[in-house]
Amino acid sequence: MQRNKLILGGLLIIGAIIYLIVSTTQSTSKYYYTVNELIIDQSANINEKVRISGAVIGESIQFNPDNLQLNFTIAHVPGDSDEIIANGGLAKVLHKATTNPNQSRLQILYTGPMPDLLRNEAQAIMDGHLNEQNTFVADTLLLKCPTKYEDELSQQTIN
Amino acid sequence: MIVYIGYITLLLSFVCTIYSIFAARKYIKTKQIKWIDSSSHSAIAVWVLLTLSCMSLVYLLTHGHFEVEYVATVTNITMPSYLKVTALWGGQSGSLLFWSWLMSTYIAITMMRNWQHERDIQPHVITVSMLTLMFFIMLNLFIENPFKLLWIDSTERISSSIIRPPQSTVFTPEDGIGLNPLLRHPGMIIHPPMLYLGFVGFVIPYSFAIGALIVKRQDNMWIRITRRWTLVAWLFLSLGLLLGGRWAYDVLGWGGYWGWDPVEIAAFMPWLTGTAFLHSVIIQEKQEMFKRWNMILIILTYALVIFGTFLTRSGVLSSVHSFAQSSIGPLFFVFISLSFSTSLLLLLRGWNHLQTQKPLTSWMSREGFFLINNMLFMGILTACFWGTIYPLISEIFTGQKITVGPPYYERTTGPQFAALLLLMGIAPLVAWRISTVKRLGYLIWRPTIISLLIPLALILRGVTNLTALLSLWLATLVFCVTLYEFYRGALARQNSSEENFMQSLWELVEKNRRRYGGYIVHLGVVFISIGIIGIEMFQQETQKTISLNESINIGQYSLVYKNLSELPQNDGRFITKATLAIYKNDTFVTNIQPQRDYYIQNQQRMTIPDVYSTLESDLYVLLIDWKPIDTQQATFKIYLNPLINWVWVGGLLFIVGTLIAAWPDKRDDIILKLHSST
Repeated sequence: MQRNKLILGGLLIIGAIIYLIVSTTQSTSKYYYTVNELIIDQSANINEKVRISGAVIGESIQFNPDNLQLNFTIAHVPGDSDEIIANGGLAKVLHKATTNPNQSRLQILYTGPMPDLLRNEAQAIMDGHLNEQNTFVADTLLLKCPTKYEDELSQQTIN
Repeated sequence: MIVYIGYITLLLSFVCTIYSIFAARKYIKTKQIKWIDSSSHSAIAVWVLLTLSCMSLVYLLTHGHFEVEYVATVTNITMPSYLKVTALWGGQSGSLLFWSWLMSTYIAITMMRNWQHERDIQPHVITVSMLTLMFFIMLNLFIENPFKLLWIDSTERISSSIIRPPQSTVFTPEDGIGLNPLLRHPGMIIHPPMLYLGFVGFVIPYSFAIGALIVKRQDNMWIRITRRWTLVAWLFLSLGLLLGGRWAYDVLGWGGYWGWDPVEIAAFMPWLTGTAFLHSVIIQEKQEMFKRWNMILIILTYALVIFGTFLTRSGVLSSVHSFAQSSIGPLFFVFISLSFSTSLLLLLRGWNHLQTQKPLTSWMSREGFFLINNMLFMGILTACFWGTIYPLISEIFTGQKITVGPPYYERTTGPQFAALLLLMGIAPLVAWRISTVKRLGYLIWRPTIISLLIPLALILRGVTNLTALLSLWLATLVFCVTLYEFYRGALARQNSSEENFMQSLWELVEKNRRRYGGYIVHLGVVFISIGIIGIEMFQQETQKTISLNESINIGQYSLVYKNLSELPQNDGRFITKATLAIYKNDTFVTNIQPQRDYYIQNQQRMTIPDVYSTLESDLYVLLIDWKPIDTQQATFKIYLNPLINWVWVGGLLFIVGTLIAAWPDKRDDIILKLHSST
C-alpha cells in the first residue's frame, strides 16, 4: 500500500514534467528554413512563425533611427552543415552568397536598435513570419560573423 | 624560439600523461609503491610542463609575435597588455590549452593530498583524470595547435603549420587582427576562467566516483571527498554563469542577462546535475540511500561537461558564442561515447554493491522531499537537453530542422523552478524518515502569515499581475521560512546555554556550517528569483530621437540629453559618448554616459550601455544613433529593469553561503580519519 503510494506519486510527477515538455514543444516549436525553402519551395504559410537564416548583403542595410525600422536583404545559404563545410566553411559560403546575383534573396524588416554585428557577409538568424508583400518580419535577430583572418592577412602582403 | 619551447613542453606533457597512466596500471598489477609515486609525480610534471607551455603562449601574445598564427588572430598592436594576456582564452586553440592547464592544476592539487587511506582508489583516479586530460592535450597538439607558425611560399600563398613547408619562409604580418571587440571587456578577464574552472573541476569527483566503483568501496569516505570537490567545481561554475550574465548585461546591450542560447544551456546543464548531486549526496551520508542514483548523477555531470564543451567548440549549433567552426567535432563524439558507455558498464558491474539498506518510507519525509527536488532538477535538465538537441533530432527524423526558442525554455522550466523554490522553503522543516502534514503546518504557519504581507502591500500599490504576485509571495515565503529556521535553531541553542542570542546564532552557523551555509545559498537563490521576477515581469522600455535639452520619460525618471562628444582613442577605438542628466521626480540625480565604440581595424561597432543602478531598479541607457555633423539630435533606447540588482546581490550571498558550506572543517576531517581507520 505504502509502496504503491510512493510509486504513484513518482509517476505523477514524472508524467506532469513530460506532459509539460511535450505540450510546450508542440506549441512553441518552429520550422527552421533556408531562403530557398521559404521563397522557392514556399514551405511556410503567410504569417506562420518560422526561423530563417541567410547572408546579410551589406549595401542593402537601411536604418531609420526615428522609428528604429531596419531593412536589409539576405541571400540564401545552405542549411546543411556538411554542405557548408564541403564549400569551404561558413565564411566562404557567406561571401559567395552575397556576391552571387543569382542566389535567391529575401527582404527583411526588423524593428529595434541596429545590432552591432549587422554588416556585410554576416550570417543572420531570425525568428518571425513572412507577410503578404513577401517581406520577412523578424521578431528576433541574431548575428554571427565568422572570422576570415586569412583574407585579411593576405591583404597585408599585397600592400 | 619561444614557440618551440611552448610546443615541445606541450608535446612532453602529452608523453607524461601517457606515462602516468602506464605507471598507474603497473601499480595495480605489482602493488609496488614506487609505481604509484612515479605515476603521481608524472601527473605533477604534466602541470609543470603545461604551465611552461601556457607561459610561452602568454609571452608570444604580449610581445607581438605575429608570425604565430594564434597571436596574429587574437591580438594586435593597439590592444592594452591586460587584454593581450586574456587573449590566451580569446580563441579556440589558446582556450583549449588554458583549459588543459586548469585541469592539470586540479589534478596536481589532488595528487598532493594524503593518499594513505585511498591507495586502492588512487591509480584509478589518476587513470580516469589523465585520460581526460590526454584527450584535451591531444586536441591541442594535433588539431588546434596554438603554436602554429605562418608561412609564405613563392606564390605568396599563406599557410600555417609547426614545421616549415617546402619553399616557404616565415611570414610575419605587420599587425594582428585583434581580439573580437565583444571580448574586450573586463568581464572577459574572469568569466571564462571561472566557467572553465567549474567545468574542468568536475573531472575530480568523477575520477573518485569511478575509482570507488571499480574497487567497490563500501564506506562513505569517497563520497565525502567527492562532495567537497563537487562543491569547489560547482562554486566556480555558479560564479562563471553569474559573471557571464553580468557580462551579457553590460556588453551585449539587449537589456538582459540570459538568452537561452545553446551555449548558455550547455553550461547550465552540468550545473543542474551538480546541484541535484549536492542535495542527494546528503541522503547518502545521512541515510545510506540513493547510492546508485548519486553515481548516475556524477557520471551524468561529467558527460554533460564534455558534451557542453563539444557544443561550444564544434560549431554544430548556432549561438552567439560562436567559436570558429572546427574539425574537433567527430573526435569529441568518440570521446563522449567511449567515456559514457565505459562509465555505464562499470556502473552495471558495481550495481549490486551499491545496494540501499533502507527503502523510502513516505513522501512526507526529508528524503522524500529530496527525491522530489532531484526529480525537478532532472525535469529541468530534460527540458534543456531536449530543447538543445531537438533541431538535430527533428532533422534526422523529418529531414527538416525544427527549433525551439526562449518561450519554450521559459514555459517548461518556469513552473519547475517555482516548484523547486517552494520545496526549498518547506523541505528543511520536514523530519527524516517520516513526518506529518500537521507537524509541517505547525512549523510553517507563522512565516506564512508574515510572508503574506508582501503581496498584500503590492496589491495596495496597484500590482494586479497574478503570476507576479504569486511568485513574489512564494519567494517571500521561502525567505521567511529560512530566516525562521535560523531563529528557531539559535533560540533552541540559547535556551540550553548561557549565550546571548547573537552568540547562539553565530555558534549555530559555525557548528553546522554545511547546513546553514546551504541555507544562506537558499537565501541567495530567493534574492536571485526576486530579481528575475522583477525584470521578467515588470521591465519597461522606450526609445526616442531627441534634440539637445529635450527629455525622455520612463517610470519616475526623466532623462535630458546634454551633449555628444567624439573622442578618438589611441587603442584603435573611436568613441562617441552622449551625456544625459537623470532626474527622478524632477530632482537631479546624476549624469549617465552611454557610448558607441568603433573599432577601426575590425570595422566593428560596439554599443555600450550605461547603467544607473539602485536596489529598486536599473536605468539602462543605449545610444542608438546620432546626426553625425551637428550632433544636435540623438536616438536612445532606455530600459527600466526593476529589481535586477537583487540577482547580483543574491549571487554574492550564494557564493558566501557556498564558501561557508565548503570550507574545510577540522572536526569533519578528524571524524573522517576515525571512520577510515576503523
